[in-house]
Amino acid sequence: MMDQVTTYLDKTLLPYFFCPGCGHGTITDHLNAAMVMLQLDPRKVIIVTDIGCSGLADKYFITNAFHGLHGRSVTYATGIKLANPELKVIVLMGDGGCGIGGHHLINAARRNIGVTVVVFNNFNYGMTGGEHSVTTPVGGVTNSTPFGQLEHPMDICQTLAVNGASFVARTTSFNKGLPEILASAIQNDGFSLVDIWELCTAYYVPNNRLSKSVLENSLADQNLATGIIHRSSSPEYSQAYRQSVAGEAGKSPMPARTIQQKYHSNLDKRLGIIVAGAAGKKINSAATLFCRGAVQSGLYATQRNDYPVTVKSGHSISEVILDPAAIRYTGIRKPDVLVVLFKEGLNSVRGQLSAMNEMDTLIINSDLLPVQTKARQIGVDFKQTGRWYNKKEYWTIMALAKLLCEMSIFPLESFREVVKGRSEFVEENLAAIEAGEKLEQ
Amino acid sequence: MSVYRHDYLHNGKRTGFGYTCQIRVWLEDAMRELINGAQAIVRGAIHSGCNFFAGYPITPATDILLYMIRELPKVGGIAIQAEDEIASMGFCIGAAMTGKRVMTATSGPGISLYSENIGLAIMGEVPMVIVDVQRMGPATGGATTVGQGDIQFLRWGTSGGYPVIVLSPTNVPECYNLTCRAFDLAERFRVPVFLATDKETVLTLATVDVEEFIPYPVRDRIGAPLDGEFVPYRVTTPDEVPLMSPYGGEHILRFTTSTHDESGQLTKDPEKVRKLNERLAAKVEAHVDEISMVKADMQTEANILIIGHGVVGRSVEEAVIQARKKGKKVSALSILSLWPVPEKAIKAAMQGIHKVIVPELNLGQYRLEVERLAADGIEIIGVNRVDGELISPEEILAQGGLL
Repeated sequence: MMDQVTTYLDKTLLPYFFCPGCGHGTITDHLNAAMVMLQLDPRKVIIVTDIGCSGLADKYFITNAFHGLHGRSVTYATGIKLANPELKVIVLMGDGGCGIGGHHLINAARRNIGVTVVVFNNFNYGMTGGEHSVTTPVGGVTNSTPFGQLEHPMDICQTLAVNGASFVARTTSFNKGLPEILASAIQNDGFSLVDIWELCTAYYVPNNRLSKSVLENSLADQNLATGIIHRSSSPEYSQAYRQSVAGEAGKSPMPARTIQQKYHSNLDKRLGIIVAGAAGKKINSAATLFCRGAVQSGLYATQRNDYPVTVKSGHSISEVILDPAAIRYTGIRKPDVLVVLFKEGLNSVRGQLSAMNEMDTLIINSDLLPVQTKARQIGVDFKQTGRWYNKKEYWTIMALAKLLCEMSIFPLESFREVVKGRSEFVEENLAAIEAGEKLEQ
Repeated sequence: MSVYRHDYLHNGKRTGFGYTCQIRVWLEDAMRELINGAQAIVRGAIHSGCNFFAGYPITPATDILLYMIRELPKVGGIAIQAEDEIASMGFCIGAAMTGKRVMTATSGPGISLYSENIGLAIMGEVPMVIVDVQRMGPATGGATTVGQGDIQFLRWGTSGGYPVIVLSPTNVPECYNLTCRAFDLAERFRVPVFLATDKETVLTLATVDVEEFIPYPVRDRIGAPLDGEFVPYRVTTPDEVPLMSPYGGEHILRFTTSTHDESGQLTKDPEKVRKLNERLAAKVEAHVDEISMVKADMQTEANILIIGHGVVGRSVEEAVIQARKKGKKVSALSILSLWPVPEKAIKAAMQGIHKVIVPELNLGQYRLEVERLAADGIEIIGVNRVDGELISPEEILAQGGLL
């Protein structure tokens, strides 16, 4: 059993370094009181601070501390909690951090990650010299809004409440019940926000004649609820994540799909093959099967795919290199073989077509003829293949089977065996290979 | 059948660090894989005990994110898509300080957003692996085109200019091997270790002899002793790496992004700050020999040397084969550890050399390092492309005057 902890503050460092009248010291005291109430194990508590005067607060605590970059405190806290859910992670940040790190706050709330965010909200940047923040009221005078703030203040509480936070409280540093509110926030499993309005006696108070009563009245004037204003019971993220992946535990990660040489190839030099098709027509997956067939026949293969960001429209190109020796450079300056199946692909390879010479081979969907090239042309007529004409996603397999019949790069049987070894589309792919063998010019 | 030996040069001497040479000949019963760099990197990470990953989608690094999200839960790890690149780094850094072995992956535009947290990871001494799948820049540049424009950026891409470690695989098996090594170095030096790779290596399927995957021994964490006083940044020598104690462990841990004393409390005391900052540099730079990795293919009497890194290293190898077939005498050096610069190995390789050819998919970034190391009188030629195409072996030979 842990001894009773009477304070979580390192008394040797007191008094606080904060300006006279600044609310930060009061909030820090109340946070300490909340932690004493909860009797947290200091080794299991991490106080994560942002940049700003509030970022000075972590040094006074005997718990763990993480003082990070401006606005990013919530991201470190999320990483810590996600990695070790048993830890109590408390973020201390100012209204400045809520601006620069607003995106992280919203997403932490959306995840309902189990961290507690305490906002030291004094409506301006104290540390850098009294500039305006996302919570500066309209008309508020700061050193960067000397003529009055024009921007609408962000309602941190409502923003996070509507985006998934499971505990939201708004109050002032003058609230004597703050330790209880903070304790409830820390006890909440999910994401908690405590937005604490307070005085910056260095800048905002003198610039705007703000006082305790003006501050408290302004909450009422704006019809802003105070106290614990929102609670919900959605799953906490680090727990929910673990539950969602529990079924994966123990499975073998990235099992190697090794290929053993079973066939022989007579290919004696590097061969560059470009398959030019259209998106959604299984160009890339067919080319990979072809490559595996080549590797199974003792060749080295590389495959580079190219397609537009709109993956279901436009061209789809696979560049395949086969070589009896190891392949280093993976570019194809001019293909030895070009397989053109669809007009989208044809438009992408016109340059290669004109570069090819009499020693090269073009296998082309005869619907796309004529084309300008010196390459040996093998037109294939998919219209005469009966049922295959409408199964365009098998045309690549068919054309590659035809290529193997024409050029005997590696045995067709190796291609068949690879297709058989797949878990999907075995029957159709085998039939497509057979149909490809019979493709007529 | 020809045998190509690739000796890894260490400190100017032919040695190794567990894997000395690759023999690129397939044995009769060799097992091969058709695999890309993304898969190899993920496998290397899992081998190395990686158990936390956070990333944000960006071509051409997205595949690594997607594989990690599916694969890490199988080994009890955690992988998550963050709301942006900044959060990816934040999550990883937070998790690392709880004791997780962390990795993230992005491309150049993401490295721009990682920048501030790279500095934080240097300052707080966070062991982490960052994969940069380079694409052509500047800015969004060419998402699906290859590039090597981040080479100086990775070294100098955060405020303060303190050192990091950058490894660069030339091929798919090295994606695995150097990912393992990156985790080892991150653990050893408590510093961000980058794997500078590229779209071509990561996304193009390659045929790999499984024996080319050489797992590096996983370095166990030597944590701070559980009993006795723990002072997070207390060291006894000016290049020492302090022992870690995780959040949630036996000790109280203070971490700060600001200049700090040995207990992790913010300080501006010039003497303490000097010691800290000089140590952050010395702990890496004084150990360059421990980090240096190059692949040397030296030929006796050669007076021409080609120096490559990353994917271009493969075109260099091919160019050397072609040149030698024509009777040319030429040596080659692929730099696997770009930063800190393996100066001894580069200088050793330049002994007796009259001309150095440095092909790169940028406008000559690493050539700057070669130039400053070259003796007077050595001619240095850059072969550079920034059009999204690879540099071919023939271009190297032509522009290097080797035809």
